[in-house]
Amino acid sequence: MPAIKTERLAREFAGGITAVDGIDLEVAAGEIYGFLGPNGAGKTTTVRMLTTLLLPTGGSATVAGHDVASEAPAVRRKIGVALQEAALDPLMTGRELIQLQATLHGLPRARGRELGDALLQRVGLTLAADRRVGTYSGGMRRRLDLAAALVPSPEVLFLDEPTTGLDPVSRGAIWEEVEKLNSEGTTVFLTTQYLEEADQLADRVGIISAGRLVAEGTPAALKAEVGRPHLELSLADGEVDGEQCESILSRFGRPLPPRDGLHLVELERGASEVGAVVRALDEAGLAVESLDLVEPTLDDVFVAKTGQHLEGADEQADGESPP
Amino acid sequence: MIERLVANARVVAALGARSVKQTARRPQLAAPLVIFPTALLAIQTGGAGRAVDLPEFPPVESFLAFMLAGAMVQSVMLAGNSGGIALALDIEMGFTDRLFAAPISRFGVVLGRLAGTAALGAMIALWFVAIGLIFGVEFEEGVAGVLWIVVLVSASSLAFGGIGAAIALKSGKASVVQGLFPLVFVILFLSTAFFPANLMLEPAASVAEYNPLSFIVEGIREPIVAEFQLADQLEAVAAILGIGLFGIALSWVALRARARTGG
Repeated sequence: MPAIKTERLAREFAGGITAVDGIDLEVAAGEIYGFLGPNGAGKTTTVRMLTTLLLPTGGSATVAGHDVASEAPAVRRKIGVALQEAALDPLMTGRELIQLQATLHGLPRARGRELGDALLQRVGLTLAADRRVGTYSGGMRRRLDLAAALVPSPEVLFLDEPTTGLDPVSRGAIWEEVEKLNSEGTTVFLTTQYLEEADQLADRVGIISAGRLVAEGTPAALKAEVGRPHLELSLADGEVDGEQCESILSRFGRPLPPRDGLHLVELERGASEVGAVVRALDEAGLAVESLDLVEPTLDDVFVAKTGQHLEGADEQADGESPP
Repeated sequence: MIERLVANARVVAALGARSVKQTARRPQLAAPLVIFPTALLAIQTGGAGRAVDLPEFPPVESFLAFMLAGAMVQSVMLAGNSGGIALALDIEMGFTDRLFAAPISRFGVVLGRLAGTAALGAMIALWFVAIGLIFGVEFEEGVAGVLWIVVLVSASSLAFGGIGAAIALKSGKASVVQGLFPLVFVILFLSTAFFPANLMLEPAASVAEYNPLSFIVEGIREPIVAEFQLADQLEAVAAILGIGLFGIALSWVALRARARTGG
């Protein structure tokens, strides 16, 4: 039984605005599914339907084997939810929030207290547990939100843009925790607008644009669909013989048009040929000054499918990834 | 069945406790409940204390004794409004989504808020009873009368809280609920909260006579200044029930609409 299954799932809002337009997806139990798309693509609306916060206007969806519309209470018993913007009461303490969450999930007081302590420790908030949430940093709020989502020991965990706006260190801490949770058997449905997040965490990625699922697969398969890795290299000063260089590069794959003084070639056999390219140029007396192997990214996939870049793609290219 | 009821009661109690703490921790929610009505009570009793000498003014021990019920009702109306603001803030910051995604009755979330408002009502009643006692008011019906006052004020708080909650659920905006703040005073001044109806000019006197708030005020005032009259108390209870059921019904409708639209 899939952890999540949707068939032509749709949501239309007043005024004829279609936020989600007939999405079919299937997430296997134990999988991390990355739902990638720019702002306004329909990611949050999809999550709100799957978490029973919003009724679909078309199609159907089941989560943990229960229909989100007709068996909403059963769905809610099986899921954990950390919504966008970490919806936390700034006046409550971290401990109060976790204990309230335990009460909402019907845990006895003593068990709630015990579990609360364990979860706060798990996300590294024991020392801040009795401070008001309003004094927490963005990263601490997200970790508290994650801890709250884990109170019911969910079969399926929904994380709606869990790292948006976080610094690289905090982002890394969340990623680590998500991987750990998944290794313990929790299915994770993760929405994100960060390419690297989807690439690093997700077993499979669904790309959504304008309410439609435009691509789905493992990150590697999706990237392979749009092309092979290409090599970008520049030659040392005074040794620029474009024609000779391109003739050598063409032995290893399809040369691409030069750009900003760089010679480009799409490597037929991928990264394993980099050494051979450098040796061939060297044998021809051409000294390589710099060399970069560029892999296709999920942004390339997004561009190939929609003709547009994903927001945040440039930001990540500038070194926003966690350590 | 009983297990489910107990679980729901625990949720309502936990949300009620959160609501009380939230009010205590947010000065802009707590101040209107105590400071404004107490200040108004002090100003009115200090400035218009000789009103009791007017011909046809009801026989009361002091103007403070007459005014206490009005102050209590003013305070609980503001508590209802503050409860609505707090609920709207929860909606604005997405906290209600956290609650609605939990396996509990969604109306339990509203009931939790109302339980907190009712608890605040009981505290408000005790606060004004204490003020009365400190400044020499003798409660005609003694301890039983004070206990009955606490019950009526607490129930009124819940009733007004229902209306605040309905507006919060319908609008989802704290500013809208806050905008109703002046309306509280209009309704209060068109009741017998601060002045006897028989000394008002028309049409205010007629409005005050039929204003449900007047029935509540008189029900609370009676054990302070006179002996219990069953008919007056039944009228007060009926007015509270009417306002409460109206508010809760409106909240129910607004909650269902919110669940449909996911707003």
